[in-house]
Amino acid sequence: MTSELNRMTIAEARDGLARREFSALELTRACLEQIKLVDPKINAFITVCAREALAQAAAADRRLAAGDAPALCGIPLAIKDIYATRGVRTTCASKMLENFVPPFDATVIARLREAGAVFIGKANMDEFAMGSSTENSAFGVTRNPHNVERVPGGSSGGSAAAVAADECLGALGTDTGGSIRLPAAFCGVAGIKPTYSRVSRYGVIAYASSLDQVGPFAKTVRDAAILLRTLAGHDPRDSTCSARPVPDYEAALTGDVRGMRIGVPKEYFVAGMEPQVETAIRAALASYERLGAKLVDISLPHTEYAIAAYYIVATAEASANLARYDGIRYGLRVDADNTGDLYNRTRAAGFGTEVKRRIMLGTFVLSAGYYDAYYLKGQKVRTLIRGDFDRAFARCDVIATPVAPTTAFKIGEKMADPLQMYLSDIFTISVNLAGLPGLSIPCGFDRDGLPIGLQLIGAPFAEETILRAGDAFERTGAVKRRAAIL
Amino acid sequence: MADSKISVEQVRHVARLARLELSAADEIALQANLSEILQYIDQLNRLDTSAVAPTAQVGETGTPMREDVIANRPDPEAMLANAPARAGNLFKVPRIIE
Amino acid sequence: MSDSAYEAIIGLEVHTHLMTRSKLFCGCSAGFGAGPNENVCPVCMGMPGVLPVLNRHAVELAIRAGLAAHCEIAPESIFARKSYFYPDLPKGYQISQYELPLCKGGYIELPAHSEGAEPRRIRLTRIHMEEDAGKNIHESDASLVDFNRSGVPLVEIVSEPDIRSADEAGAYLRELRSILRYIEATDGKMEEGGLRCDVNVSVRKRGASEFGVKTEIKNLNSFRFVEKAIEHEVARQIEILESGGRVAQETHLWDPVREVTRPMRSKEFANDYRYFPEPDLPPLRVSPDMVEAIKASMPELPADQRARFVRDLGLTAYEAAVLTQDRDLAAYFETMLATGLKNHRTAANWVMTEVLRAVNETARPLADAAPLAIESGQLLKLVETGAISLNAAKTAFAAMCKSGKGAGATVAELGLAQVSDEGAIAAACDKVIAAEAAKVAEYRGGRDKLFGFFVGQVMKAMGGKGNPKVVNEILKRKLNA
Ligand SMILES: [Mg+2]
Ligand SMILES: [Zn+2]
Repeated sequence: MTSELNRMTIAEARDGLARREFSALELTRACLEQIKLVDPKINAFITVCAREALAQAAAADRRLAAGDAPALCGIPLAIKDIYATRGVRTTCASKMLENFVPPFDATVIARLREAGAVFIGKANMDEFAMGSSTENSAFGVTRNPHNVERVPGGSSGGSAAAVAADECLGALGTDTGGSIRLPAAFCGVAGIKPTYSRVSRYGVIAYASSLDQVGPFAKTVRDAAILLRTLAGHDPRDSTCSARPVPDYEAALTGDVRGMRIGVPKEYFVAGMEPQVETAIRAALASYERLGAKLVDISLPHTEYAIAAYYIVATAEASANLARYDGIRYGLRVDADNTGDLYNRTRAAGFGTEVKRRIMLGTFVLSAGYYDAYYLKGQKVRTLIRGDFDRAFARCDVIATPVAPTTAFKIGEKMADPLQMYLSDIFTISVNLAGLPGLSIPCGFDRDGLPIGLQLIGAPFAEETILRAGDAFERTGAVKRRAAIL
Repeated sequence: MADSKISVEQVRHVARLARLELSAADEIALQANLSEILQYIDQLNRLDTSAVAPTAQVGETGTPMREDVIANRPDPEAMLANAPARAGNLFKVPRIIE
Repeated sequence: MSDSAYEAIIGLEVHTHLMTRSKLFCGCSAGFGAGPNENVCPVCMGMPGVLPVLNRHAVELAIRAGLAAHCEIAPESIFARKSYFYPDLPKGYQISQYELPLCKGGYIELPAHSEGAEPRRIRLTRIHMEEDAGKNIHESDASLVDFNRSGVPLVEIVSEPDIRSADEAGAYLRELRSILRYIEATDGKMEEGGLRCDVNVSVRKRGASEFGVKTEIKNLNSFRFVEKAIEHEVARQIEILESGGRVAQETHLWDPVREVTRPMRSKEFANDYRYFPEPDLPPLRVSPDMVEAIKASMPELPADQRARFVRDLGLTAYEAAVLTQDRDLAAYFETMLATGLKNHRTAANWVMTEVLRAVNETARPLADAAPLAIESGQLLKLVETGAISLNAAKTAFAAMCKSGKGAGATVAELGLAQVSDEGAIAAACDKVIAAEAAKVAEYRGGRDKLFGFFVGQVMKAMGGKGNPKVVNEILKRKLNA
């Protein structure tokens, strides 16, 4: 029995812990055992926090015994290594921060602590969240638990893989252009990127500030809803964080989608999509019709421009966000006899290839003479993309699309061609530009056993709607959660 | 690279602005990568955006304001704990020449 | 330079700290005097993941500055990132305002020092908010960085190129400092980096309409340096033009030791700051209610006070200008008047001479250097009632500066009270008339000039305490009898 605890959902574990069927310590140990067993094969973690996790679990057991268990008491989670964790090394998968130990917690980390969660470890990712495959990590590639020759998606690939491989019950990721939804799809788990401003970004190492958003991975939509309720809400430390009240997302999971209008954008079903992906998506749409939802044909005409606009806006912001890594106050330093060389060499040695590429692109699009042609243009196209969604949501409640045109690709396949890699995010990136919530759920498997993801996009702050839709599909049992093949 | 969107000189200039030391190989690779990406970005020029307002942010507008109270206590040790080089409670860098 | 064939075109960018308790974007103390890196936190250290949250009081003070300078207050303004690398700049960018500043337009009116002269108006381009950087301390083998100042709120006040001389630049800075102190936006202490100035200077042939090539002189931190640097730079540019050369568009640094400007060494200074809207801060919205509330709380400004002093109190333009150069000085003067003084100009001159002398001699703030204004007022009141002489008042004032005692007590202690008792004065007069019979005869014979001599003798006989007015009266009566 003990060895199976790590396979539980959060909802199941919550009940089991409450009934004292097992202890938080046993649950945490089961996850640590699993990590010992499988992580050498998939490398989902940069830092495993066994000692801290066991102490947190012991504390959770005391609270459970005292009968004052908060929402996530004793639930082991993996934390993307982009979150500042007080006293625990936080690398952002970069050599630049290899030895950086923050003296503070990110707001969501503090919230999870308060909710009694157990932090099992810091998950691998693309360096500074720049990538779609978790191959751009200074700490090695993370492998897809369904097929270790394949990527787990990125940038939150470690978090998704850890959940898929039952190394934890849930995980934290971040999503700037698809970095939760794509790995969720590739690894066959649920992942939600909430509305921009729904969750605090304080203490989340910034990639592109106007696009970054915090979100959970989980084995079920219900678990994602449980996690989101703790994460979301106003934070006086984040000026962009909304003060809207946080609904009880779990209560929204009624299973009832009758009358729900599901928009199907024609621009998301185009050449280049794998037929098996399209088949699975169409089958999911048919399920929704059987559940009483109504399919509506819609158009998001500026979809094809999203990647171009994104790579202007995101890299511009990134070029400034990453200027703080200068070798003076923390992080790597390559010594030199003047400050100019110190910067140049430190940054050359500390950043990986993709990070440098994006810093260069972002610096260029903001530089004198190019601002209007690139940066301003990107911002204007962003307006057009938002407008597409505004018009679409006048006609539907949810937009359903594939998460990606393909299933998980082979490790190394796209590393030589950055543009091809960028195109992996073609279906997820518009959602970030528009600041909308997007949920990724498994909706099938291809012939090779690789998961296929369905994306459900909502209007701003319509997390309840997309979670209800995702949960309703999950309840049909059309897709059985498939244990990773490890 | 007949129609490079960016020259090696521009790559060098941008690297100077970004404070990145590049090897000769880096420069060539970046020229190729950035040219390809910029070429791809050029498709935006198909859109007439002359009458479109830019979007810089998608959250709620009107920045919140905090009250003017001191909320932090001095803790130089914690703030300097990650310093690559320090002299007492000061961060140490090579001598700056203006 | 009025005799020159050239005229100087000068614009100033003034940075000044706003007097808040905490920093602009975090809860660290903005105060001075802490040990190195004590007033820092992850936010103002630019640690990974941190975010800024705006200080409301800093915004209010910046709006006060804008209203005082007749600016338009933008209902929506935007913070931007200004990118450059420097060891004291923790994030690699400064959060500043660029395209849409909080305050636009406006002007500063320079006081007219002589009767009938028109006050000069120096137009402003803008006033915007930004954060300060830390401080580099240069040692022989290394530089050391302290981030205590990092994130302290500043306003940058940018003038149009309306200034025509070093003197006018000085007058502008003094008036600006005075305004900022009146509205309690800043304490205006230059020595603590409270006011820093960049200067743009060009020269052109008098009467020309085109501007010449300008140079920028950076980071001047005293009024005297600003004036000296402008004088030097104007002379340098005229010399270049006179010898047929061309002024190069450069950034210069002022060398306070050699009193010259020199071009900055780093060639790259032609910087590309890559401004773009700060994504971590939504636009700053200022409601009309907020502006109205701030307007209602505004104190009287120096220019208004000057006008009132001239109009209602009969001071000269010069006197009004001197008194309003400093809010505390003007307040001192008004408190003195509140004791019921009738002679306003005597009080004004008292402040400009006695009080300012005390401040200058001790180099301490007014409150420490001089007695309470109410005591100065009492002292002058004793002069007005004839209880003491003006000279005695000055003696008493000097003593009060040291002792901190009140006017009445000091006058009594030093025995400075005047004798107005007619009997005592008549007796002294009789004594002098008796002793100087020969001179009395001369006087009575028509040598009127001798009257002063008799007054002097009587005063001497009375130990200088005779009330001059009464002495005059009685003496005249007795001599003419
Ligand atoms: Mg400035
Ligand atoms: Zn701070």
